[in-house]
Amino acid sequence: MKNDRGDIELAGVCKSFDGVTNVVDGVNLKIADGAYCCFIGPSGCGKTTILRMIAGHEDPTAGEIVIGGQNVVGLAPVQRRTAMMFQSYALFPHLTVRENIAFALRVRGMSKADRLRSADAMIEKVRLTQFADRLPAQLSGGQQQRVALARAAITEPRVLLLDEPLSALDEQLRVQMRQELRRMQQELGITFIHVTHTQLEAIALADLVVVMEQGRIKQAGPARDVYAHPHDRYVAEFMGGQNVLSGRVEKVNGASFTLAQAAPSGIEVPLQARPTVSIGDKVDIAVRRDDVALVRPGKELPLGCTTSLPSRVLAIEYQGYFVKVMLDTVPDDEFVAYVPEKTFFADPFTVGDVVMATWATGSALPLA
Amino acid sequence: MQPSPTPSPTPSRSNLAGWLYVSPLVLVLVPFFVAPILVVLAASFFATDGFGGLTPGFTLASYVEVLHSALTLKLYLATIKFTVLTWIFTLIIGFLVAYFLVFHVRNQLLAIGLFLLCTVPFWTSNIIRMISWIPLLGKEGLINQALLALGVIRQPLEVLLFSDLAVVIAYVHQLTIFMIVPIFNSMARIDKKLIEAAIDAGASRFDIMRLIVVPMSKSGIALGTIFVVSIVMGDFFVVKVMSGGGSASVVSAFYEDVGVLQYPTAAASAVLLTLVLVAIVSLILRTVDIRQEITR
Repeated sequence: MKNDRGDIELAGVCKSFDGVTNVVDGVNLKIADGAYCCFIGPSGCGKTTILRMIAGHEDPTAGEIVIGGQNVVGLAPVQRRTAMMFQSYALFPHLTVRENIAFALRVRGMSKADRLRSADAMIEKVRLTQFADRLPAQLSGGQQQRVALARAAITEPRVLLLDEPLSALDEQLRVQMRQELRRMQQELGITFIHVTHTQLEAIALADLVVVMEQGRIKQAGPARDVYAHPHDRYVAEFMGGQNVLSGRVEKVNGASFTLAQAAPSGIEVPLQARPTVSIGDKVDIAVRRDDVALVRPGKELPLGCTTSLPSRVLAIEYQGYFVKVMLDTVPDDEFVAYVPEKTFFADPFTVGDVVMATWATGSALPLA
Repeated sequence: MQPSPTPSPTPSRSNLAGWLYVSPLVLVLVPFFVAPILVVLAASFFATDGFGGLTPGFTLASYVEVLHSALTLKLYLATIKFTVLTWIFTLIIGFLVAYFLVFHVRNQLLAIGLFLLCTVPFWTSNIIRMISWIPLLGKEGLINQALLALGVIRQPLEVLLFSDLAVVIAYVHQLTIFMIVPIFNSMARIDKKLIEAAIDAGASRFDIMRLIVVPMSKSGIALGTIFVVSIVMGDFFVVKVMSGGGSASVVSAFYEDVGVLQYPTAAASAVLLTLVLVAIVSLILRTVDIRQEITR
């Protein structure tokens, strides 16, 4: 009778608060049971609203939300068997860690001995045993986060919803808690849906990354797909790590096309099945920043590179294992090369140097 | 220690500044609070000639008289009965009104409007407010007439006006606002996310009220309780008017004493009542750490 499947399907989900504009605008998505899914987008893109609709704290204006094969629209969170971890945690300030974690069991009518035993087991799982009798205000940010996670997980939900769970933590703790979230997800074996605006967080954690803009899904897929093969300019720029260039198609020849640019020979881009291009089209392409090589003018280009763009070095930032070199390659867009540290220091550039930016032709990606 | 770049003010000067800060309060409190209390305290130890003349001295005769009187206990019991009844009703009504305003009125402007509506009774004087109960509760009042017309009763209910019931009604009418304000204030500071988190955990409305809202409104409840208890215990006017002279309170007794020029016994009663009130208030403050709750 108890349905433990935590697969989620959103079908045509819309949400409007004022009846005029849709904050969430026709979202369709399937999330597999036991997946770690990250919604990512700038603030106001509707990602938190989607989370709250799945949690049952907000009703969709239109569309269906199906969890484990059952349409849950209109059901209370308890009936959905979802649990939410709130942004800034919303721990009950007047209850101890143990009481906070046992709260859901208490309102379910579990006996005191049973619920305290369950709570203590959960407290041990999140390594807070020595803090069990403290109030939330007496805990550090990371400890509070673990209490919030334990409080949400104690009801054995089939879906756990996390609203910007790491945003209140400092950088170092964030990386640490990120691993802890992933560990908990694997241990519990349930679906996690995590809302964030940090790209690194999303690609480090998620099986499924969902990039959103203005209430719509821009791209959804495995982290590596979204990062390395963005569909369009928005996703490429939002996920980062890419240089986006645009130009008009000059000629199409067999397996590649040429993009007119400042470069004397244009930019050669391999043709893909999608998008189709014809001469005169304005096309965006993406080149990964770590695929860009910098060569001094007059020197021979590395193997496989047919395009080289003359550029001036605008700024150089040392980042440890690589060096971030900012260039004025294209007039309107940022153009950055991530040069491996050893390569850079073998022949270092200085600001103002003229260099040729080049990349293996095969690594340029046309965008929709 | 590094010498500070600007010389710090000399101790005497900073002391002076401190005194200046508190001087307005001192100027109000000393003549209007400390001095009268000292006068009453002194008078309670004086002897009297029975005709209003006071003989300075030190005698506990007045205290002995007050404490030995069977009337004192009776009056305290009556006053405590009024206090407890008033406290229960103002607490229930005040809590529910504050709860409604904070958690059910989404529009903040509307909430403020409704809040101001609660103060409407205070736009008229206390006397008018009490007199206005007569057409409602009186023998030929609205309630009796309505009940007679409906056939619920055959004789008009005498108990409605000039009775203990009328006293409690008048107190509740007058003092509920003193519960609403502090409870509203502490409830308004409860993060709405906590309510959502409780719903997420499966809590019913009653659970949320019992486990989240009430414990987190403790400081407001305590403050409101202090207001209501000290006002009711220090009052005689409402008891006198609304009971039609049928009931008395502690204060009404020493008001009578003053009327018959028994100043030392009146003063001793007053001191006793003050001590009782201080004990009650400190008991309330002991159960709820208001200072900590407010700074939370």
